[in-house]
Amino acid sequence: LPQAKYKERGTVLAEDQLAQMSKQLDMFKTNLEEFASKHKQEIRKNPEFRVQFQDMCATIGVDPLASGKGFWSEMLGVGDFYYELGVQIIEVCLALKHRNGGLITLEELHQQVLKGRGKFAQDVSQDDLLRAIKKLKVLGNGFGIIPVGGTFLIQSVPAELNMDHTVVLQLAEKKGFVTVSEIRASLKWEPERAKQVLEHLLKEGMAWLDTQAPGEAQYWLPALFTELYSQEITPEEAKEAIP
Amino acid sequence: MDRFSWTTGLLELGETLVVQQRGVRLSDGEEKVKFDSGVLLLSTHRLIWRDQKNHECCIAVPLSQIVFIEEQAAGIGKSAKIVVHLHPASSNKDPGPFQSSKYSYIKLSFKEHGQIEFYRRLSEEITQRRWENMPTGQAMQVNKDSQAGRIRAVGIVGIERKLEEKRKETDKNISEAFEDLSKLMEKAKEMVELSKSIANKIKEKQGDITEDETIRFKSYLLSMGIANPVTRETYGSGTQYHMQLAKQLAGILQTPLEERGGIMSLTEVYCLVNRARGLELLSPEDLVNACKMLESLKLPLRLRIFDSGVMVIELQSHNEEEMVASALETVSEKGSLTADEFAKLVGMSVLLAKERLLLAEKMGHLCRDDSVEGLRFYPNLFLTQS
Repeated sequence: LPQAKYKERGTVLAEDQLAQMSKQLDMFKTNLEEFASKHKQEIRKNPEFRVQFQDMCATIGVDPLASGKGFWSEMLGVGDFYYELGVQIIEVCLALKHRNGGLITLEELHQQVLKGRGKFAQDVSQDDLLRAIKKLKVLGNGFGIIPVGGTFLIQSVPAELNMDHTVVLQLAEKKGFVTVSEIRASLKWEPERAKQVLEHLLKEGMAWLDTQAPGEAQYWLPALFTELYSQEITPEEAKEAIP
Repeated sequence: MDRFSWTTGLLELGETLVVQQRGVRLSDGEEKVKFDSGVLLLSTHRLIWRDQKNHECCIAVPLSQIVFIEEQAAGIGKSAKIVVHLHPASSNKDPGPFQSSKYSYIKLSFKEHGQIEFYRRLSEEITQRRWENMPTGQAMQVNKDSQAGRIRAVGIVGIERKLEEKRKETDKNISEAFEDLSKLMEKAKEMVELSKSIANKIKEKQGDITEDETIRFKSYLLSMGIANPVTRETYGSGTQYHMQLAKQLAGILQTPLEERGGIMSLTEVYCLVNRARGLELLSPEDLVNACKMLESLKLPLRLRIFDSGVMVIELQSHNEEEMVASALETVSEKGSLTADEFAKLVGMSVLLAKERLLLAEKMGHLCRDDSVEGLRFYPNLFLTQS
């Protein structure tokens, strides 16, 4: 009998707290509605404010983009903004994959996404793209963000890229290509290790081999040199992108 | 526009590219000029504009010539703009497209967007004045007038004053927004603390909490965007919302799956579903959490995760292992196939084609030839011709 009493007590405690949470949730919803009525536009129009907002949420342990059903998404409209951006990012990456093996600079992705959104759509910043991409990772398609030389390469295929591959990509970022000698000089690797990494990038279609280069063979990253020319996505490529 | 000089567009030693944007039109003050469609490049030293059709037509102005910049928001039928106010041209300036101009400012129209990012970077460069620390070659024009003791053209002082007022007003709005945001975050923080405390209670009770209470708790967490602090394994996955979503998905995806041979990658599903919705889109996590419940709800679809991490939705009636048998036939007919070739032949996405071939390999039906020319699959003769 004493045990049953303890059990009861335990149940009551949780029920109390849940009831309290339910009440506080309702209050919070009201606060958020008020905030939205005053500042919803600010979030839509001001990328710096979006960054501040996201950072604050992260600090307190809240993810405003976790679910379309969350208050943040419903009331501030942040969800639709980023989830739609996610769709646009996927489509650009799919369309260009055969050209760059599934690696693209953040700059080029940004340009192509802006083009796709059209004249009357709201502008997006590179920070917005990065946040949308971080959310896409959970879909298992291999989305990843690789820091190189002050910017980022966006990976959109499930190819395995470990630290060795990443550091070679960073080395190649300066000129758009890299050679075995440069890898050996900068990273002090044995030639076998350098060759293995480069071959993996070749196999994945992320690097192209130029054996005609003066001196020794050069390994070019199409992700890096196409950025300068920002070529249009062809109709065939666009078809590939939309399911 | 008389501050610009012709240039090759090549960067000097010590000069780095910061950002570039296509589809930019230049205007001389309020007047349109022939520089209608070009790539605008920002370097540490200059603003460079190159005609998109005629790459030889390339002009630049040093950043040191800039007095200040303002933004003009987009309107109906109008692109967003940046207005750049400039010092008068110095006497030793290199020749450019215009000898004189009645305006002391130019406008950059961003016909293909990119104005926000460009404005941010341009502001940074003007503030940091990196060109002062990085001297470049003779071809660069250094405007000594911009150093101490600026020469102010008539009218600029008045404009600067207005800009200062506008900045103060904007600052006030921003600070109010930040203040409200901080207050809101304090309240959100309380919610997080409360949820942790409840989660601890649940852990202590170890299973004495009712299912109803669990479901309520999870839906509260979902609303706030707080990660579930209690392990999912013990208490089941997802919430009511995800259960409903799973059922909806089963309805929406039946036909598209049949049209695509019974299998689709999760990214395809994400795009398909959200494009159809238009509003109130699903987050990637919503989709994954709903799909994880398909099997337990006995719906006619299921989630499958390949070794590579690729996630797909399959019809229950779909049997990937059977598809492997037909894949083997196709590969045998052709002798050998890469994932790209197989995808084109069969009409599948390359991603799923590769997964099928990898599965066939795992099951021992195919062998790989992994060279720098690509990954090619052959029928496994070791197995069949022993």
